Amino acid sequence: MASAARTPSGREFSDILAGIGLILGALIGLALAARATDVVFEFHAWLLILACVVGVIYVANNAFEINNGRRTRPDGSSYNELVVKACVIAAMFWGIAGFAVGDLIAWQLAFPALNFDWPYTTFSRLRPLHTSAVIFAFGGNVLIGTSFYVVQRTCRARLAGTWAPWFVFWGYNLFILIAGTGYLFGVTQSKEYAEPEWYADFWLTIVWVVYLLVFLGTLLRRKEPHIYVANWFYLAFIVTIAMLHIVNNLAVPVSFAGSKSYIAWSGVQDAMIQWWYGHNAVGFFLTAGFLAIMYYFVPKAVNRPIYSYRLSIVHFWALIFLYIWAGPHHLHYTALPDWAQTLGMTFSVMLWMPSWGGMINGLMTLAGAWDKLRTDPVVRMLVVSVAFYGMSTFEGPLMSVKAVNALSHYTDWTIGHVHSGALGWVGFVSFGAIYCLVPWLWRRERLYSAALVEWHFWIATIGIVLYISSMWVSGIMQGLMWRAYDSLGFLEYSFVETVEAMHPMYVIRAFGGLLFLLGALIMVYNIARTIRGDVREKETIVTPAPQIANAPAE
Amino acid sequence: MFEKHAFLERNSLVLTVCILVVVAIGGIVEIAPLFYLKSTIEKVQGMRPYTPLELAGRDIYIREGCYVCHSQMVRALRDEVERYGHYSLAAESMYDHPFQWGSKRNGPDLARVGGKYSDEWHVLHLENPRAVVPESIMPGYPWLSQRRLNNKLIEEQLVANRTVGVPYDDAMVDNAMADIVAQANPDGDGVDGLLERYPGAQVRAFDGDPGKLTEMDALVAYLQMLGTLVEFADYDAKANAR
Repeated sequence: MASAARTPSGREFSDILAGIGLILGALIGLALAARATDVVFEFHAWLLILACVVGVIYVANNAFEINNGRRTRPDGSSYNELVVKACVIAAMFWGIAGFAVGDLIAWQLAFPALNFDWPYTTFSRLRPLHTSAVIFAFGGNVLIGTSFYVVQRTCRARLAGTWAPWFVFWGYNLFILIAGTGYLFGVTQSKEYAEPEWYADFWLTIVWVVYLLVFLGTLLRRKEPHIYVANWFYLAFIVTIAMLHIVNNLAVPVSFAGSKSYIAWSGVQDAMIQWWYGHNAVGFFLTAGFLAIMYYFVPKAVNRPIYSYRLSIVHFWALIFLYIWAGPHHLHYTALPDWAQTLGMTFSVMLWMPSWGGMINGLMTLAGAWDKLRTDPVVRMLVVSVAFYGMSTFEGPLMSVKAVNALSHYTDWTIGHVHSGALGWVGFVSFGAIYCLVPWLWRRERLYSAALVEWHFWIATIGIVLYISSMWVSGIMQGLMWRAYDSLGFLEYSFVETVEAMHPMYVIRAFGGLLFLLGALIMVYNIARTIRGDVREKETIVTPAPQIANAPAE
Repeated sequence: MFEKHAFLERNSLVLTVCILVVVAIGGIVEIAPLFYLKSTIEKVQGMRPYTPLELAGRDIYIREGCYVCHSQMVRALRDEVERYGHYSLAAESMYDHPFQWGSKRNGPDLARVGGKYSDEWHVLHLENPRAVVPESIMPGYPWLSQRRLNNKLIEEQLVANRTVGVPYDDAMVDNAMADIVAQANPDGDGVDGLLERYPGAQVRAFDGDPGKLTEMDALVAYLQMLGTLVEFADYDAKANAR
């Protein structure tokens, strides 16, 4: 009885703490809104106030309902799955938004009239919106959601914190909202994949520290002696992103109540720091984090252990050590000193090996279960994602070689490379994980329709193939046209002639992107019906029922 | 070795610290020397901080996301040097917070666009790119000519730049408001003071209307000075080889 009485009082303390934090947030928001030097900053201050007020009302109402006995506190021995559900739904929402904006800007490059000559719809403002929406909003929610799910299951422990996981979820999505609306209104610090201004960065830092604490806190209360390999990757992702984010975004604001700031670094040092950040946003956000997903969901989906424990140790440490060095390959032949360029190229080529170590570990986990590729479309999606990972981590080292980079840099080849990784690897592994998670979380025997997963898989795959092959053609073609000389030794093509030549490729690319979006819409429908508890009647393909209460995939 | 790894797998805090150490090394080796190796930034003649109008134009360049499609970095490759001019030096972006080297050329490089086209061309092109380049895929930015330049925080902008290392002196900060108006109005009073503080600055009614200070004035002033500061006649490439 004594312990039962102590537990709720600890929870009440967390209610009070959450309430104080939220009221403080609202007051700070009010002070900032009152002194704001520009209208976008004022708008964002009001967003903060609104979020805090809604939060206070929710926390207070929740405590009130519990006191009245109308609601019960979640049992400390159960898993916190509600916050994972929220992440999955947010990821689906942002995914569709991000893919749609991406496809719109693809059409804009083919038909510039689609920019509408309106400040809020130009390619130049929408492109950061697209990249942030797919990487940070879609990818970020997938990573937070899956990490919260995986760390609980593999530690056999409830997620640390009562409100902290919810602060991470809502705080992170508020950051997305502030960043995204900022881009539309022209608030950006112009550092690629780090466009949000200083105050959004500051907010994200707070959220990220809480995220790290929740994750570490759950690891600390684990009932399993060993930390499962997926959690090493999640931990590396969280820790490294914190380091990169803070260093790359150090800035001096023009006014503490205004949106504009100037970055602490300048010129060549800023370029190096930016691409140290930028390439490791790829390395740790889009690779380490999603490898963690692979390490949990592939073994679970095929019901086999990871192929090699030793390989996972070797490739984990090699991957995180080598990735950090690769940044300067974004700056070949620029004003960055040669020694740094050479280091960047060397480590990028070496990076091929640990990358393929991860691919091999993922693919070979299917040993003895290859038939599932044929029978289970979700498994196929996961496996094809790993294959795309292998392809783009071969293409990457190739493009980091200076002689190749001289041709490929500044062209669409880079765009195609990024998308074979982003659509093929990150997209598909996320879709696969969500297809697994939804029946597990909502306690459904299976997905609404496996046939619709088939449709999603094939439509999206055709879309990706159209996308990356058209970008290879347009990128290599433009690179060659830029350096073409006529018989008299003059440059053969003006710049705009190279732009004109790419038009058909841009149409094909935009069409490929449309297919990818269409596939994702099919997924949303399938997921929504699954959550409702429907099962499509005419289904002939039978997916094996997921094992909900199974032991962690170790 | 693999048995010893079990220690890390059982101690989450040790694992966290080890990860942090392993991921810190590469960045430290590649970034820290750039701040103390003297050869990183070449010795050149002619670099000066941006005038207040150019700085405001640069902020508009960033706001509209021009860097998304235009690099400002001529690589040391034959065709690029022939197409755009002398390869870019690190010194040329030493006052750029942040840098604008870019990563993709949906449009041409702009590192040396200054002086290549007339002001009128830039205004027409920014308002409707296809009026002057029919095949262009660039969006139009017609609102730049209509919007008055918001310069109420220009002094604070210079101060913030000074905080991060740009050598703006007190006179530059104190006269920022006068200078930003003077540069777009060649018949006004403050021109001599501006030229004293920023030698070689171009003073014109960049958008064609000296009476109204618009965002177009600022952006065109910025574009017209890009890549024009360094005296390449005096530049010693051999001495600055890295």
